[in-house]
Amino acid sequence: MELLQAKDATLIQKYTQGDERALEVLINRYNTRLSSFIYSKVFDKEITEDIFQDTFVKVIRTLKRGKYNEEGKFLPWVIRIAHNLIIDHFRKSNRMPRYEMGEEYSLFSIMQDGSLNAEHQLIQDQITEDLASLIRQLPEDQQKVLQMRMYQEMSFKEIAERTGVSINTALGRMRYALINLRRLIEEHSIVLTN
Amino acid sequence: MEQLYTKTSPQCKLVTASEETVRFLLDYSKSLSIVEADGMTIENNLN
Repeated sequence: MELLQAKDATLIQKYTQGDERALEVLINRYNTRLSSFIYSKVFDKEITEDIFQDTFVKVIRTLKRGKYNEEGKFLPWVIRIAHNLIIDHFRKSNRMPRYEMGEEYSLFSIMQDGSLNAEHQLIQDQITEDLASLIRQLPEDQQKVLQMRMYQEMSFKEIAERTGVSINTALGRMRYALINLRRLIEEHSIVLTN
Repeated sequence: MEQLYTKTSPQCKLVTASEETVRFLLDYSKSLSIVEADGMTIENNLN
């Protein structure tokens, strides 16, 4: 029970100290997220199982060697390993990812991602324009944090280093940026969905 | 005036690795022993 609520970093520490139950908690915690991520790329349940297994074999070997130093970012690290294995899989099978029609996936929904139809493109452009104009109304420090986080996908640690402030300040700026954005959206009665 | 946009729901499928796969990983972990000595890493798999 205690392990189930433990943070990833604690579980990793316990596992490297020999507590095998900690690994079970980690695997179960991220099973669905990791499997769904892999499946979204390979669209095959068996290959998903194989890549999931290979991913955690690498995780186990790295942790047992004491080579893990991701400072608490366990899931992004695991996703990166899985991503590399997915690329290896496509290289070995010498083919591009395939898309199948089914209840969950429609070929048209995937095609739509790459090239939006005229109506959706117009809506998408409008949303982008509206959002950009809203962001421009924010104080400059909040604009910076928002752009680095949302568009450049930087971590708060990286944002803090880049802007020369503490992580807490960067988090605070992000929080206020989102609060202000919500306020502006309400004031302008804008619905930002496509 | 409120701006309205059409809404399309994202399509994705939740998948979970089987119990057998999880069990294999846990057994693999228990059987794996890694020892470092004199700059060498030795992996033992005790089945």
